[in-house]
Amino acid sequence: MLELHGIPVSPGVAIGPALVLNREGYRIPHFQIAPEGVDEEISRLRVAVDEVSRALEASRLETAAIAGDSTGEIFAAQLQMLHDPRLHAELQRRIRQGGQSAAYAVSQVLHRYASDLRRLDNSLLAQRADDVVDIEQQLLHHLGVVTRRPLTELTDPVIVLTHNLTPSETANLDRRYVRGFCTEIGGPGGHMAIVAKGLELPAVVGIGEFLESVGGATTVIVDGDRGIVILDPDNDTLQRYEEGRQRRQHLALRLAELRDLPATTVDDVALSLNANIEFPHEVGACLEHGAGGIGLYRTEFLYLSSDEEPSEQDHYLAYREVVEAMQGRPVVIRTLDLGADKMGSRPLTEPEPNPFLGLRSIRLSLKHPELFRPQLRALLRAAVHGDVRVMFPLITTLSELRQAKMLINTIAEDLAEQGIAHRRDIPIGMMVEVPAAVLMLDRFVKEVDFLSIGTNDLVQYTLAVDRSNECVADLYQSSDPAVLRLIARCVEVAGQAGVPLSICGEMGSNPARSLLLVGMGVRSMSLPPNALPKVKKAIRSVSLQQCEKIAARAMTLEAARDIDLYLLERLGKFVPELIVS
Amino acid sequence: MSSTVITRNVVVRNPQGLHARPADLLVREASRHQAEIMIEKDGYRVDCKSILSLLTLGAECGTEMSLFAEGADAEQAVAMIAELFENGFHELEPEG
Repeated sequence: MLELHGIPVSPGVAIGPALVLNREGYRIPHFQIAPEGVDEEISRLRVAVDEVSRALEASRLETAAIAGDSTGEIFAAQLQMLHDPRLHAELQRRIRQGGQSAAYAVSQVLHRYASDLRRLDNSLLAQRADDVVDIEQQLLHHLGVVTRRPLTELTDPVIVLTHNLTPSETANLDRRYVRGFCTEIGGPGGHMAIVAKGLELPAVVGIGEFLESVGGATTVIVDGDRGIVILDPDNDTLQRYEEGRQRRQHLALRLAELRDLPATTVDDVALSLNANIEFPHEVGACLEHGAGGIGLYRTEFLYLSSDEEPSEQDHYLAYREVVEAMQGRPVVIRTLDLGADKMGSRPLTEPEPNPFLGLRSIRLSLKHPELFRPQLRALLRAAVHGDVRVMFPLITTLSELRQAKMLINTIAEDLAEQGIAHRRDIPIGMMVEVPAAVLMLDRFVKEVDFLSIGTNDLVQYTLAVDRSNECVADLYQSSDPAVLRLIARCVEVAGQAGVPLSICGEMGSNPARSLLLVGMGVRSMSLPPNALPKVKKAIRSVSLQQCEKIAARAMTLEAARDIDLYLLERLGKFVPELIVS
Repeated sequence: MSSTVITRNVVVRNPQGLHARPADLLVREASRHQAEIMIEKDGYRVDCKSILSLLTLGAECGTEMSLFAEGADAEQAVAMIAELFENGFHELEPEG
């Protein structure tokens, strides 16, 4: 049994068989070799090495004949690597003493050499790292390992253990089979966190290097509440988690009874609880959890989940599906928030030294009308099917907002000229997620129909901390007093102007923090669908006065940690049912 | 049998350093000898018969290294290897 610690980004507990992916994202069969099978495994390795050796020798002769001896020498070096005595000593040791499969040992050892070479900061040797990986691939091929990406072709439930998941891999996780995942890198506000919450997958990220030590683990527990990952749990641990899982299930069943009840405090203050989604198929979960509407539809995942550029029609069909399924409930569609950590397979920008301060989100959209126009056209067209509202992300200056609004007007005129059904007066809102927007909010409120605070980015830009970097994860706290002051200012300015304000970041999904927000005057929140029942339960258990007291006290505290401890203590007092271990 | 360790300092002289081709030559030369031959850079000592280990040293032109050989033909092995370094692994531009 081995216990690892990381950053919990999506709650819940998952227990299941491990699927270890190496850095290139393919599956390495990872089973323990029985002592009597060791000799056979070693002879399989020997056969594979002979095969690869023959192939390299053939390539060497062929290349030397065509391009001269010196070009053929590259294969000579590869042959030398393949027969390296130290390599074979270690492979034998791992198979004989570690009981590792030949394929797993090959992959681990050669990857270590390759990463050592890449680290040398010497371009000639960094290229040799590719030769090492090439040998690994050939050996794995001869060892009968399928080296295609496995995440799209799962047939059994698994827990994914990997270095990192790209946005498109995360977006394409097959929720029928993936029960949870753990990664070596990543932070609390990155794309992996967002998608894991959306898919309701327990997840722990930023664990640091651990794949090497996974050993022959077969069963994994992912504790997404506490940020713990347990490899090969013993029976006691397994039983403890199994009991916890049952208690949780029981709580979920009781919370499900709240589905059709309003989100009102005990003294009848009504709140609007909506859901955040990334994909149309999540609408089912929203309705199941009693969402009043969609408060944030993150449309960029349409890009990230496909290699094809989505067309206007793709956008339209996706939006229409969501709008129709929501049956007249409001749907806030956020325009493309691409860039930084959400780039997809076709980067639109050169690699930037500071991508989170770079050409991302609305900035990228305004610079690429060929990307933005089809989306806006689709949006205005889909708006005839229900209550659709459009929201622009990362607005920093008034001029950006005005440009975006002007583009919507032009597009509406085009659609009118072409005789295409669309909504002319679509409500337009903006995300408040840059401190500059908060400071200028008294001007912004005159030009928008609604506001939504995106706490994920607001935290990142207020505290100057990269939300996807595990090294500074401890600084990334949405309950930081500085962030709370900005939120309080938004509530005040929006209230004076009579502009509806919502919170759509991850902050509201924490029941304890949701009480604070209510006390601060927030009356609308948008959360991941699975967070709705708990937050509704919390709200239905308190009075507005109690929340206001909580807020007044929290605003006097000086550190995020103190605030969270205080909030948790209050939650335990008012809603003890929600404190489940 | 001699158990004395033969040592000698060498310098990487070829412009591109100890990259794949020189490392291949070095391993070939070392492997022709029975002796156990190690090579050290900045206190980090690796097997001269392991190309992967040699490459991960990342020895560039001008790097000073030390050879350590032990075994019956240790002396001869060190002499041959030192000569390879001296000749820049046949990668030096002819002088003049």
